Amino acid sequence: MYHKSKSYRVFNVVNTIFLIILSILCIVPLIHVLAVSFSSKAAADANIVSLIPIDFSLEAYKKTINNPAFLRSIMIAVARTVVGTLITLVITFLAAYPLSKENSAFRSRTVYSWIFVFSMVFNGGLVPFYEVIQSLHLMNTFWVLVLPSAVNTFLVILMLNFFRGIPKELEEASLMDGAGHFRTLFSVYLPISLPSIATISLFSMVFHWNSWFDGLLYINNAKDFPLATFLQTIIIQRDMSSMSMNPQEMELISQTTVKAAQIFIGAAPILIVYPFLQKYFVKGMTVGSVKG
Amino acid sequence: MKMLKKTWPFHVMLLPAMIFLFLFSYLPMGGIVMAFQDYKPWEGISGSAWVGLDNFRYLFERDDSVQVIWNTLVIAVAKMIFNLLVPFVFAILLNEIRQVGLQRSIQTLVYLPHFLSWVILGGILVDLLAPAGLLNRVLGEFGINPILFLGDNNWFRFTVIVSDVWKEFGYNTIIFLAALATINPSLYEAAEMDGATRFKQTLHITIPSLIPITIVVGTLALGNVLNAGFDQIFNLYNPLVYETGDIIDTFVYRTAILNGEMGFGTAIGLFKSVISMVLILISYRLAYKWAGYRIF
Repeated sequence: MYHKSKSYRVFNVVNTIFLIILSILCIVPLIHVLAVSFSSKAAADANIVSLIPIDFSLEAYKKTINNPAFLRSIMIAVARTVVGTLITLVITFLAAYPLSKENSAFRSRTVYSWIFVFSMVFNGGLVPFYEVIQSLHLMNTFWVLVLPSAVNTFLVILMLNFFRGIPKELEEASLMDGAGHFRTLFSVYLPISLPSIATISLFSMVFHWNSWFDGLLYINNAKDFPLATFLQTIIIQRDMSSMSMNPQEMELISQTTVKAAQIFIGAAPILIVYPFLQKYFVKGMTVGSVKG
Repeated sequence: MKMLKKTWPFHVMLLPAMIFLFLFSYLPMGGIVMAFQDYKPWEGISGSAWVGLDNFRYLFERDDSVQVIWNTLVIAVAKMIFNLLVPFVFAILLNEIRQVGLQRSIQTLVYLPHFLSWVILGGILVDLLAPAGLLNRVLGEFGINPILFLGDNNWFRFTVIVSDVWKEFGYNTIIFLAALATINPSLYEAAEMDGATRFKQTLHITIPSLIPITIVVGTLALGNVLNAGFDQIFNLYNPLVYETGDIIDTFVYRTAILNGEMGFGTAIGLFKSVISMVLILISYRLAYKWAGYRIF
Protein backbone atom coordinates (compact mmCIF):
# COMPACT_ATOMS: atom_id res chain seq x y z
CA MET A 1 0.00 0.00 0.00
CA TYR A 2 1.47 3.28 -1.13
CA HIS A 3 0.30 5.41 1.79
CA LYS A 4 2.11 3.14 4.17
CA SER A 5 5.45 3.18 2.40
CA LYS A 6 8.13 5.22 4.10
CA SER A 7 9.07 7.29 1.06
CA TYR A 8 5.46 8.28 0.51
CA ARG A 9 5.12 9.41 4.12
CA VAL A 10 8.24 11.54 3.76
CA PHE A 11 6.89 13.02 0.53
CA ASN A 12 3.59 13.73 2.20
CA VAL A 13 5.17 15.70 5.04
CA VAL A 14 7.45 17.68 2.72
CA ASN A 15 4.59 18.33 0.32
CA THR A 16 2.25 19.52 3.04
CA ILE A 17 4.83 21.91 4.49
CA PHE A 18 5.69 23.21 1.02
CA LEU A 19 2.07 23.91 0.12
CA ILE A 20 1.35 25.58 3.45
CA ILE A 21 4.31 27.92 2.93
CA LEU A 22 3.19 28.61 -0.64
CA SER A 23 -0.34 29.46 0.43
CA ILE A 24 0.91 31.75 3.20
CA LEU A 25 3.08 33.53 0.62
CA CYS A 26 -0.14 34.46 -1.17
CA ILE A 27 -1.30 36.62 1.71
CA VAL A 28 1.98 37.78 3.27
CA PRO A 29 2.01 41.00 1.20
CA LEU A 30 -1.44 41.85 2.47
CA ILE A 31 -0.45 41.16 6.08
CA HIS A 32 2.59 43.38 5.62
CA VAL A 33 0.45 46.28 4.41
CA LEU A 34 -1.92 45.77 7.30
CA ALA A 35 1.01 45.81 9.73
CA VAL A 36 2.43 49.01 8.23
CA SER A 37 -0.97 50.69 8.35
CA PHE A 38 -1.23 50.05 12.10
CA SER A 39 2.35 51.08 12.87
CA SER A 40 3.63 54.47 13.94
CA LYS A 41 4.89 56.83 11.27
CA ALA A 42 8.44 56.62 12.62
CA ALA A 43 8.54 52.83 12.50
CA ALA A 44 7.12 52.74 8.96
CA ASP A 45 9.53 55.36 7.67
CA ALA A 46 12.46 53.48 9.20
CA ASN A 47 11.41 50.36 7.25
CA ILE A 48 11.45 48.09 10.27
CA VAL A 49 7.86 46.79 10.11
CA SER A 50 7.46 43.26 8.78
CA LEU A 51 4.33 41.34 9.64
CA ILE A 52 3.44 42.71 13.07
CA PRO A 53 2.64 46.39 13.71
CA ILE A 54 5.34 48.31 15.59
CA ASP A 55 4.17 51.01 18.05
CA PHE A 56 0.53 50.23 17.31
CA SER A 57 -1.31 53.32 16.14
CA LEU A 58 -4.64 54.15 14.54
CA GLU A 59 -3.35 57.50 13.34
CA ALA A 60 -3.23 56.46 9.66
CA TYR A 61 -6.85 55.36 9.63
CA LYS A 62 -7.94 58.55 11.42
CA LYS A 63 -6.20 60.65 8.80
CA THR A 64 -7.66 58.58 5.99
CA ILE A 65 -11.20 58.83 7.31
CA ASN A 66 -10.80 62.58 7.81
CA ASN A 67 -9.77 63.09 4.21
CA PRO A 68 -12.90 64.28 2.37
CA ALA A 69 -11.43 63.48 -1.07
CA PHE A 70 -10.93 59.87 -0.02
CA LEU A 71 -14.44 59.56 1.38
CA ARG A 72 -15.92 61.08 -1.73
CA SER A 73 -14.09 58.59 -3.94
CA ILE A 74 -15.48 55.76 -1.81
CA MET A 75 -19.00 57.09 -2.30
CA ILE A 76 -18.49 57.23 -6.06
CA ALA A 77 -17.06 53.70 -6.09
CA VAL A 78 -20.05 52.41 -4.10
CA ALA A 79 -22.53 54.18 -6.38
CA ARG A 80 -20.73 52.85 -9.42
CA THR A 81 -20.66 49.30 -8.06
CA VAL A 82 -24.37 49.30 -7.17
CA VAL A 83 -25.65 50.95 -10.35
CA GLY A 84 -23.25 49.11 -12.63
CA THR A 85 -24.08 45.73 -11.13
CA LEU A 86 -27.82 46.36 -11.42
CA ILE A 87 -27.57 47.35 -15.07
CA THR A 88 -25.37 44.38 -15.93
CA LEU A 89 -27.68 42.06 -14.06
CA VAL A 90 -30.84 43.14 -15.89
CA ILE A 91 -29.20 43.02 -19.31
CA THR A 92 -27.54 39.65 -18.68
CA PHE A 93 -30.68 38.08 -17.28
CA LEU A 94 -32.81 39.26 -20.22
CA ALA A 95 -30.31 38.32 -22.91
CA ALA A 96 -29.44 34.87 -21.55
CA TYR A 97 -33.00 33.59 -21.69
CA PRO A 98 -33.53 33.71 -25.46
CA LEU A 99 -29.94 32.64 -26.09
CA SER A 100 -30.50 29.51 -24.02
CA LYS A 101 -33.24 28.35 -26.36
CA GLU A 102 -32.76 25.65 -28.97
CA ASN A 103 -32.11 26.78 -32.52
CA SER A 104 -35.40 25.21 -33.55
CA ALA A 105 -37.34 27.38 -31.10
CA PHE A 106 -35.47 30.59 -31.85
CA ARG A 107 -33.82 30.58 -35.24
CA SER A 108 -32.17 34.01 -34.96
CA ARG A 109 -30.19 32.69 -32.00
CA THR A 110 -27.23 31.90 -34.27
CA VAL A 111 -27.02 35.48 -35.53
CA TYR A 112 -27.24 36.92 -32.02
CA SER A 113 -24.61 34.47 -30.74
CA TRP A 114 -22.25 35.59 -33.47
CA ILE A 115 -22.79 39.23 -32.59
CA PHE A 116 -21.80 38.41 -29.00
CA VAL A 117 -18.85 36.20 -29.90
CA PHE A 118 -17.44 38.63 -32.43
CA SER A 119 -17.51 41.42 -29.85
CA MET A 120 -15.50 39.13 -27.62
CA VAL A 121 -12.73 38.33 -30.11
CA PHE A 122 -12.37 41.63 -31.94
CA ASN A 123 -12.43 45.26 -30.87
CA GLY A 124 -11.52 48.64 -32.26
CA GLY A 125 -8.81 49.26 -29.72
CA LEU A 126 -8.29 52.03 -27.22
CA VAL A 127 -8.23 55.08 -29.49
CA PRO A 128 -11.48 54.51 -31.45
CA PHE A 129 -13.17 53.57 -28.18
CA TYR A 130 -12.01 56.82 -26.63
CA GLU A 131 -13.37 58.74 -29.60
CA VAL A 132 -16.77 57.04 -29.30
CA ILE A 133 -16.96 57.91 -25.61
CA GLN A 134 -16.22 61.51 -26.52
CA SER A 135 -18.76 61.70 -29.32
CA LEU A 136 -21.45 60.19 -27.07
CA HIS A 137 -20.72 63.01 -24.59
CA LEU A 138 -19.98 60.56 -21.84
CA MET A 139 -16.69 62.19 -20.84
CA ASN A 140 -16.67 63.40 -17.25
CA THR A 141 -20.00 61.80 -16.41
CA PHE A 142 -20.84 59.10 -13.92
CA TRP A 143 -22.34 57.01 -16.73
CA VAL A 144 -19.00 56.46 -18.41
CA LEU A 145 -18.15 54.21 -15.47
CA VAL A 146 -21.16 51.93 -15.80
CA LEU A 147 -22.50 51.94 -19.36
CA PRO A 148 -19.57 50.74 -21.51
CA SER A 149 -19.12 47.59 -19.42
CA ALA A 150 -22.84 46.86 -19.12
CA VAL A 151 -22.72 43.83 -21.41
CA ASN A 152 -20.25 41.15 -20.43
CA THR A 153 -20.42 38.18 -22.76
CA PHE A 154 -18.75 35.90 -20.23
CA LEU A 155 -21.51 36.58 -17.70
CA VAL A 156 -24.17 36.05 -20.38
CA ILE A 157 -22.66 32.65 -21.15
CA LEU A 158 -22.61 31.80 -17.44
CA MET A 159 -26.28 32.68 -17.11
CA LEU A 160 -27.42 30.89 -20.26
CA ASN A 161 -25.62 27.73 -19.21
CA PHE A 162 -27.54 27.89 -15.96
CA PHE A 163 -30.83 28.37 -17.81
CA ARG A 164 -30.07 25.32 -19.91
CA GLY A 165 -29.89 23.26 -16.75
CA ILE A 166 -33.48 24.17 -15.82
CA PRO A 167 -35.91 21.39 -16.81
CA LYS A 168 -37.81 22.21 -19.99
CA GLU A 169 -41.07 21.05 -18.46
CA LEU A 170 -41.15 24.12 -16.23
CA GLU A 171 -41.19 26.44 -19.21
CA GLU A 172 -43.65 24.28 -21.13
CA ALA A 173 -46.06 24.16 -18.21
CA SER A 174 -45.86 27.91 -17.81
CA LEU A 175 -46.46 28.59 -21.50
CA MET A 176 -49.30 26.07 -21.46
CA ASP A 177 -50.94 28.00 -18.64
CA GLY A 178 -51.00 30.99 -20.93
CA ALA A 179 -48.02 32.91 -19.59
CA GLY A 180 -45.85 34.68 -22.17
CA HIS A 181 -42.07 34.46 -22.24
CA PHE A 182 -41.65 37.58 -20.11
CA ARG A 183 -44.01 36.23 -17.48
CA THR A 184 -42.21 32.87 -17.58
CA LEU A 185 -38.84 34.53 -17.22
CA PHE A 186 -39.81 36.68 -14.25
CA SER A 187 -42.23 34.40 -12.42
CA VAL A 188 -40.72 30.98 -13.07
CA TYR A 189 -37.06 31.45 -13.92
CA LEU A 190 -36.22 34.38 -11.67
CA PRO A 191 -36.94 32.69 -8.32
CA ILE A 192 -34.93 29.58 -9.14
CA SER A 193 -32.05 31.56 -10.67
CA LEU A 194 -31.09 33.33 -7.46
CA PRO A 195 -27.82 31.37 -6.98
CA SER A 196 -26.58 32.27 -10.45
CA ILE A 197 -27.81 35.85 -10.05
CA ALA A 198 -25.70 35.98 -6.90
CA THR A 199 -22.72 34.65 -8.86
CA ILE A 200 -23.08 37.24 -11.59
CA SER A 201 -23.60 40.04 -9.09
CA LEU A 202 -20.45 39.12 -7.22
CA PHE A 203 -18.35 38.94 -10.38
CA SER A 204 -19.78 42.27 -11.50
CA MET A 205 -19.25 43.89 -8.09
CA VAL A 206 -15.62 42.82 -7.97
CA PHE A 207 -15.13 44.14 -11.50
CA HIS A 208 -16.63 47.54 -10.72
CA TRP A 209 -14.88 47.95 -7.40
CA ASN A 210 -11.51 47.14 -8.98
CA SER A 211 -11.88 49.17 -12.19
CA TRP A 212 -9.62 52.20 -12.35
CA PHE A 213 -8.49 52.80 -15.92
CA ASP A 214 -11.81 54.12 -17.21
CA GLY A 215 -11.84 56.73 -14.43
CA LEU A 216 -8.32 57.81 -15.30
CA LEU A 217 -9.09 57.98 -19.00
CA TYR A 218 -12.56 59.49 -19.16
CA ILE A 219 -12.75 61.64 -16.05
CA ASN A 220 -10.57 64.72 -15.95
CA ASN A 221 -11.53 66.07 -12.56
CA ALA A 222 -9.84 64.14 -9.76
CA LYS A 223 -12.74 65.03 -7.47
CA ASP A 224 -14.96 62.66 -9.45
CA PHE A 225 -12.63 59.65 -9.42
CA PRO A 226 -13.93 56.36 -8.03
CA LEU A 227 -11.78 54.91 -5.25
CA ALA A 228 -9.70 52.60 -7.46
CA THR A 229 -8.70 55.47 -9.75
CA PHE A 230 -8.08 57.75 -6.79
CA LEU A 231 -5.78 55.13 -5.26
CA GLN A 232 -4.04 54.61 -8.58
CA THR A 233 -3.16 58.29 -8.86
CA ILE A 234 -2.03 58.83 -5.27
CA ILE A 235 -0.33 55.52 -4.64
CA ILE A 236 1.05 54.43 -7.97
CA GLN A 237 1.58 57.62 -9.94
CA ARG A 238 2.55 59.79 -6.98
CA ASP A 239 2.06 62.66 -9.36
CA MET A 240 0.07 65.35 -7.66
CA SER A 241 0.07 67.83 -10.50
CA SER A 242 -3.39 66.74 -11.59
CA MET A 243 -4.80 66.56 -8.12
CA SER A 244 -4.94 70.28 -7.38
CA MET A 245 -4.14 69.80 -3.73
CA ASN A 246 -2.34 71.98 -1.27
CA PRO A 247 1.02 70.82 0.12
CA GLN A 248 -0.46 69.83 3.48
CA GLU A 249 -2.94 67.52 1.83
CA MET A 250 -0.17 66.05 -0.31
CA GLU A 251 1.99 65.40 2.72
CA LEU A 252 -1.00 63.82 4.40
CA ILE A 253 -1.74 61.24 1.76
CA SER A 254 1.81 60.43 0.72
CA GLN A 255 2.75 59.23 4.18
CA THR A 256 3.73 55.54 4.23
CA THR A 257 1.30 54.49 6.93
CA VAL A 258 -1.58 56.45 5.43
CA LYS A 259 -0.86 54.90 2.04
CA ALA A 260 -0.94 51.44 3.61
CA ALA A 261 -4.23 52.24 5.32
CA GLN A 262 -5.70 53.42 2.04
CA ILE A 263 -4.53 50.30 0.21
CA PHE A 264 -6.06 48.16 2.88
CA ILE A 265 -9.37 50.03 2.84
CA GLY A 266 -9.37 49.65 -0.97
CA ALA A 267 -8.97 45.89 -0.61
CA ALA A 268 -11.36 45.50 2.33
CA PRO A 269 -14.66 45.11 0.40
CA ILE A 270 -13.10 42.37 -1.70
CA LEU A 271 -11.90 40.61 1.43
CA ILE A 272 -15.42 40.92 2.86
CA VAL A 273 -17.28 39.50 -0.15
CA TYR A 274 -14.57 36.90 -0.79
CA PRO A 275 -16.03 34.20 1.50
CA PHE A 276 -19.39 34.51 -0.27
CA LEU A 277 -17.74 34.72 -3.64
CA GLN A 278 -15.72 31.59 -3.06
CA LYS A 279 -18.79 29.39 -2.96
CA TYR A 280 -19.69 30.44 -6.47
CA PHE A 281 -16.66 31.22 -8.54
CA VAL A 282 -15.41 27.66 -8.75
CA LYS A 283 -18.64 26.82 -10.53
CA GLY A 284 -18.37 29.93 -12.64
CA MET A 285 -14.85 29.18 -13.67
CA THR A 286 -15.50 25.60 -14.71
CA VAL A 287 -18.82 26.23 -16.47
CA GLY A 288 -18.28 26.17 -20.18
CA SER A 289 -14.75 24.89 -19.91
CA VAL A 290 -14.94 21.32 -18.69
CA LYS A 291 -18.05 19.74 -20.02
CA GLY A 292 -19.13 16.28 -18.94
CA MET B 1 -43.69 36.08 -40.20
CA LYS B 2 -45.42 33.40 -38.18
CA MET B 3 -42.06 32.76 -36.56
CA LEU B 4 -41.73 36.40 -35.54
CA LYS B 5 -45.13 36.31 -33.93
CA LYS B 6 -43.87 33.62 -31.59
CA THR B 7 -40.37 34.91 -31.04
CA TRP B 8 -40.85 38.66 -30.65
CA PRO B 9 -40.33 38.52 -26.86
CA PHE B 10 -36.88 37.04 -27.53
CA HIS B 11 -35.91 39.92 -29.75
CA VAL B 12 -37.16 42.44 -27.20
CA MET B 13 -35.17 40.72 -24.46
CA LEU B 14 -32.02 40.92 -26.54
CA LEU B 15 -32.57 44.55 -27.47
CA PRO B 16 -30.81 46.18 -24.48
CA ALA B 17 -27.74 43.99 -24.93
CA MET B 18 -27.70 44.72 -28.65
CA ILE B 19 -27.89 48.47 -28.09
CA PHE B 20 -24.94 48.38 -25.69
CA LEU B 21 -22.93 46.07 -27.93
CA PHE B 22 -23.58 48.36 -30.86
CA LEU B 23 -22.56 51.50 -28.99
CA PHE B 24 -19.52 50.23 -27.15
CA SER B 25 -18.25 47.39 -29.30
CA TYR B 26 -19.33 47.81 -32.91
CA LEU B 27 -19.32 51.60 -33.13
CA PRO B 28 -15.64 51.77 -32.06
CA MET B 29 -14.82 49.29 -34.82
CA GLY B 30 -15.86 52.00 -37.27
CA GLY B 31 -13.19 54.24 -35.77
CA ILE B 32 -10.56 51.85 -37.12
CA VAL B 33 -10.42 53.98 -40.28
CA MET B 34 -8.32 56.37 -38.15
CA ALA B 35 -5.49 53.89 -38.59
CA PHE B 36 -5.37 54.90 -42.27
CA GLN B 37 -5.48 58.62 -41.57
CA ASP B 38 -3.30 61.35 -40.22
CA TYR B 39 -5.99 61.81 -37.62
CA LYS B 40 -6.54 65.24 -36.10
CA PRO B 41 -9.14 65.31 -33.31
CA TRP B 42 -10.35 68.79 -34.29
CA GLU B 43 -10.79 67.74 -37.93
CA GLY B 44 -12.65 64.54 -37.12
CA ILE B 45 -12.68 61.40 -39.25
CA SER B 46 -14.27 63.13 -42.25
CA GLY B 47 -11.80 66.02 -42.23
CA SER B 48 -8.52 64.22 -41.56
CA ALA B 49 -6.19 63.38 -44.43
CA TRP B 50 -5.89 59.80 -45.69
CA VAL B 51 -2.38 58.38 -45.55
CA GLY B 52 -2.95 54.79 -46.66
CA LEU B 53 -0.62 52.37 -44.92
CA ASP B 54 1.83 55.01 -43.71
CA ASN B 55 0.98 54.45 -40.03
CA PHE B 56 1.71 50.74 -40.39
CA ARG B 57 4.95 51.37 -42.26
CA TYR B 58 5.93 53.79 -39.52
CA LEU B 59 5.06 51.10 -36.96
CA PHE B 60 7.74 48.77 -38.29
CA GLU B 61 10.30 51.52 -38.90
CA ARG B 62 10.23 53.01 -35.44
CA ASP B 63 12.71 51.34 -33.10
CA ASP B 64 10.50 51.83 -30.08
CA SER B 65 7.44 50.14 -31.54
CA VAL B 66 9.41 47.11 -32.72
CA GLN B 67 10.94 46.86 -29.26
CA VAL B 68 7.46 47.12 -27.72
CA ILE B 69 6.10 44.28 -29.87
CA TRP B 70 9.09 42.14 -28.87
CA ASN B 71 8.59 42.95 -25.16
CA THR B 72 4.93 42.06 -25.44
CA LEU B 73 5.70 38.70 -27.01
CA VAL B 74 8.40 37.79 -24.49
CA ILE B 75 6.32 38.71 -21.45
CA ALA B 76 3.07 37.20 -22.77
CA VAL B 77 4.64 33.91 -23.86
CA ALA B 78 6.50 33.50 -20.58
CA LYS B 79 3.28 34.16 -18.67
CA MET B 80 1.40 31.64 -20.82
CA ILE B 81 3.96 28.92 -20.15
CA PHE B 82 4.28 29.47 -16.41
CA ASN B 83 0.57 30.10 -15.89
CA LEU B 84 -0.02 26.66 -17.34
CA LEU B 85 2.90 24.81 -15.76
CA VAL B 86 2.67 26.08 -12.19
CA PRO B 87 -1.07 25.43 -11.73
CA PHE B 88 -0.63 21.99 -13.33
CA VAL B 89 2.04 20.97 -10.81
CA PHE B 90 0.31 22.73 -7.93
CA ALA B 91 -2.98 20.92 -8.61
CA ILE B 92 -1.24 17.53 -8.56
CA LEU B 93 0.57 18.33 -5.32
CA LEU B 94 -2.56 19.73 -3.70
CA ASN B 95 -4.46 16.62 -4.72
CA GLU B 96 -2.06 14.55 -2.63
CA ILE B 97 -3.18 16.28 0.54
CA ARG B 98 -5.87 14.04 1.92
CA GLN B 99 -7.07 16.16 4.86
CA VAL B 100 -10.06 17.95 3.36
CA GLY B 101 -9.95 20.85 5.82
CA LEU B 102 -6.31 21.61 5.13
CA GLN B 103 -6.83 21.32 1.40
CA ARG B 104 -9.72 23.80 1.55
CA SER B 105 -7.73 26.27 3.64
CA ILE B 106 -4.83 26.21 1.21
CA GLN B 107 -7.21 26.74 -1.69
CA THR B 108 -8.88 29.70 0.02
CA LEU B 109 -5.54 31.43 0.52
CA VAL B 110 -4.16 30.84 -2.99
CA TYR B 111 -7.32 31.98 -4.80
CA LEU B 112 -7.41 35.32 -3.02
CA PRO B 113 -4.82 37.43 -4.91
CA HIS B 114 -6.77 36.90 -8.15
CA PHE B 115 -9.59 39.07 -6.83
CA LEU B 116 -7.43 42.01 -5.80
CA SER B 117 -6.79 44.60 -8.47
CA TRP B 118 -3.36 45.47 -9.81
CA VAL B 119 -3.78 48.92 -8.27
CA ILE B 120 -3.92 47.40 -4.80
CA LEU B 121 -1.24 44.81 -5.56
CA GLY B 122 0.86 47.39 -7.38
CA GLY B 123 0.76 49.63 -4.32
CA ILE B 124 1.78 46.71 -2.14
CA LEU B 125 4.51 45.41 -4.46
CA VAL B 126 6.12 48.81 -5.01
CA ASP B 127 6.58 49.03 -1.25
CA LEU B 128 7.51 45.36 -0.79
CA LEU B 129 10.09 45.30 -3.60
CA ALA B 130 11.69 48.67 -2.91
CA PRO B 131 15.45 48.72 -2.18
CA ALA B 132 14.65 49.02 1.53
CA GLY B 133 11.45 46.98 1.30
CA LEU B 134 10.59 43.80 3.11
CA LEU B 135 11.85 41.41 0.43
CA ASN B 136 15.24 43.07 0.15
CA ARG B 137 15.53 43.10 3.95
CA VAL B 138 14.92 39.35 3.99
CA LEU B 139 17.44 38.83 1.16
CA GLY B 140 19.88 41.02 3.10
CA GLU B 141 19.77 38.49 5.92
CA PHE B 142 21.30 36.03 3.46
CA GLY B 143 23.97 38.54 2.48
CA ILE B 144 22.38 39.51 -0.85
CA ASN B 145 22.70 43.12 -1.95
CA PRO B 146 19.45 45.03 -2.52
CA ILE B 147 17.92 44.27 -5.92
CA LEU B 148 16.03 46.91 -7.90
CA PHE B 149 13.17 44.64 -8.91
CA LEU B 150 11.12 47.40 -10.48
CA GLY B 151 13.82 49.82 -11.56
CA ASP B 152 16.26 47.60 -13.40
CA ASN B 153 15.78 46.46 -16.99
CA ASN B 154 17.34 43.08 -16.23
CA TRP B 155 14.96 42.41 -13.36
CA PHE B 156 11.71 44.03 -14.48
CA ARG B 157 10.41 41.27 -16.75
CA PHE B 158 11.31 38.64 -14.20
CA THR B 159 9.39 40.56 -11.55
CA VAL B 160 6.39 41.03 -13.83
CA ILE B 161 6.23 37.35 -14.76
CA VAL B 162 6.75 36.03 -11.25
CA SER B 163 4.23 38.42 -9.69
CA ASP B 164 1.64 37.54 -12.32
CA VAL B 165 2.11 33.82 -11.72
CA TRP B 166 1.92 34.51 -7.99
CA LYS B 167 -1.39 36.34 -8.44
CA GLU B 168 -3.03 33.87 -10.79
CA PHE B 169 -1.69 30.37 -10.12
CA GLY B 170 -4.28 29.59 -7.46
CA TYR B 171 -7.19 30.67 -9.59
CA ASN B 172 -5.82 28.84 -12.62
CA THR B 173 -5.58 25.68 -10.52
CA ILE B 174 -9.36 25.42 -10.16
CA ILE B 175 -9.84 23.99 -13.60
CA PHE B 176 -7.22 21.28 -13.04
CA LEU B 177 -8.70 20.38 -9.67
CA ALA B 178 -12.09 20.02 -11.33
CA ALA B 179 -10.55 17.63 -13.85
CA LEU B 180 -8.79 15.67 -11.09
CA ALA B 181 -12.09 15.23 -9.27
CA THR B 182 -13.52 13.39 -12.26
CA ILE B 183 -10.86 10.66 -12.33
CA ASN B 184 -12.37 7.28 -11.57
CA PRO B 185 -10.96 6.07 -8.19
CA SER B 186 -11.05 2.46 -9.35
CA LEU B 187 -8.14 3.28 -11.67
CA TYR B 188 -5.97 4.00 -8.62
CA GLU B 189 -7.23 0.93 -6.81
CA ALA B 190 -6.38 -1.28 -9.75
CA ALA B 191 -2.94 0.28 -10.03
CA GLU B 192 -2.36 -0.27 -6.34
CA MET B 193 -3.28 -3.93 -6.67
CA ASP B 194 -0.67 -4.19 -9.36
CA GLY B 195 1.86 -2.71 -6.94
CA ALA B 196 2.28 0.73 -8.48
CA THR B 197 3.78 3.31 -6.15
CA ARG B 198 2.06 6.66 -5.70
CA PHE B 199 4.65 8.22 -7.99
CA LYS B 200 3.96 5.64 -10.68
CA GLN B 201 0.22 6.23 -10.28
CA THR B 202 0.73 9.96 -10.75
CA LEU B 203 2.83 9.32 -13.81
CA HIS B 204 0.46 6.85 -15.46
CA ILE B 205 -2.99 7.91 -14.24
CA THR B 206 -3.06 11.47 -12.89
CA ILE B 207 -0.90 13.23 -15.48
CA PRO B 208 -2.44 11.53 -18.55
CA SER B 209 -5.93 12.36 -17.35
CA LEU B 210 -4.98 16.05 -17.03
CA ILE B 211 -3.64 16.24 -20.57
CA PRO B 212 -6.96 17.02 -22.36
CA ILE B 213 -7.79 19.98 -20.14
CA THR B 214 -4.19 21.17 -20.33
CA ILE B 215 -4.47 21.20 -24.10
CA VAL B 216 -7.71 23.19 -23.94
CA VAL B 217 -6.32 25.76 -21.52
CA GLY B 218 -3.05 26.01 -23.39
CA THR B 219 -4.75 26.36 -26.76
CA LEU B 220 -7.18 29.00 -25.58
CA ALA B 221 -4.30 30.97 -24.06
CA LEU B 222 -2.88 31.32 -27.56
CA GLY B 223 -5.25 34.19 -28.25
CA ASN B 224 -3.47 36.18 -25.56
CA VAL B 225 -0.09 36.17 -27.21
CA LEU B 226 -0.23 39.96 -27.58
CA ASN B 227 -1.83 40.52 -24.18
CA ALA B 228 0.99 40.96 -21.73
CA GLY B 229 -1.28 42.47 -19.07
CA PHE B 230 -1.93 46.20 -19.26
CA ASP B 231 -3.16 46.62 -15.68
CA GLN B 232 -0.12 44.98 -14.20
CA ILE B 233 2.53 46.68 -16.29
CA PHE B 234 0.89 50.10 -16.04
CA ASN B 235 0.84 49.90 -12.26
CA LEU B 236 4.38 48.59 -11.88
CA TYR B 237 6.50 50.26 -14.53
CA ASN B 238 8.28 53.59 -14.71
CA PRO B 239 10.43 55.32 -17.36
CA LEU B 240 13.53 53.47 -16.11
CA VAL B 241 12.24 50.15 -17.44
CA TYR B 242 10.42 51.17 -20.62
CA GLU B 243 13.13 49.40 -22.59
CA THR B 244 12.17 45.91 -21.43
CA GLY B 245 8.78 46.51 -19.84
CA ASP B 246 6.82 48.67 -22.26
CA ILE B 247 4.12 46.59 -24.01
CA ILE B 248 1.72 47.34 -26.87
CA ASP B 249 -1.15 48.42 -24.63
CA THR B 250 0.90 50.77 -22.46
CA PHE B 251 2.63 52.12 -25.57
CA VAL B 252 -0.72 52.86 -27.23
CA TYR B 253 -1.85 54.74 -24.14
CA ARG B 254 1.28 56.86 -24.07
CA THR B 255 1.61 57.58 -27.80
CA ALA B 256 -2.08 58.05 -28.60
CA ILE B 257 -3.70 59.44 -25.47
CA LEU B 258 -0.78 61.28 -23.88
CA ASN B 259 1.15 62.35 -27.01
CA GLY B 260 -1.83 62.70 -29.33
CA GLU B 261 -0.56 60.43 -32.12
CA MET B 262 -4.07 59.11 -32.63
CA GLY B 263 -3.72 57.58 -36.11
CA PHE B 264 -0.53 55.78 -35.16
CA GLY B 265 -2.03 54.54 -31.89
CA THR B 266 -5.08 53.20 -33.74
CA ALA B 267 -2.80 51.41 -36.20
CA ILE B 268 -0.92 49.55 -33.44
CA GLY B 269 -4.22 48.77 -31.76
CA LEU B 270 -5.57 47.37 -35.01
CA PHE B 271 -2.41 45.37 -35.58
CA LYS B 272 -2.91 43.83 -32.17
CA SER B 273 -6.66 43.23 -32.56
CA VAL B 274 -6.34 41.53 -35.94
CA ILE B 275 -3.56 39.18 -34.87
CA SER B 276 -5.37 38.39 -31.61
CA MET B 277 -8.63 37.69 -33.42
CA VAL B 278 -6.98 35.33 -35.89
CA LEU B 279 -5.23 33.51 -33.05
CA ILE B 280 -8.39 33.28 -30.97
CA LEU B 281 -10.40 31.89 -33.88
CA ILE B 282 -7.68 29.33 -34.63
CA SER B 283 -7.39 28.35 -30.99
CA TYR B 284 -11.16 27.94 -30.53
CA ARG B 285 -11.21 25.84 -33.68
CA LEU B 286 -8.41 23.62 -32.35
CA ALA B 287 -9.93 23.38 -28.88
CA TYR B 288 -13.17 22.21 -30.48
CA LYS B 289 -11.38 19.72 -32.69
CA TRP B 290 -9.16 18.27 -29.98
CA ALA B 291 -11.39 18.40 -26.95
CA GLY B 292 -14.91 19.23 -28.09
CA TYR B 293 -14.76 22.62 -26.36
CA ARG B 294 -17.51 25.10 -27.27
CA ILE B 295 -18.26 28.51 -25.85
CA PHE B 296 -21.92 28.98 -26.73
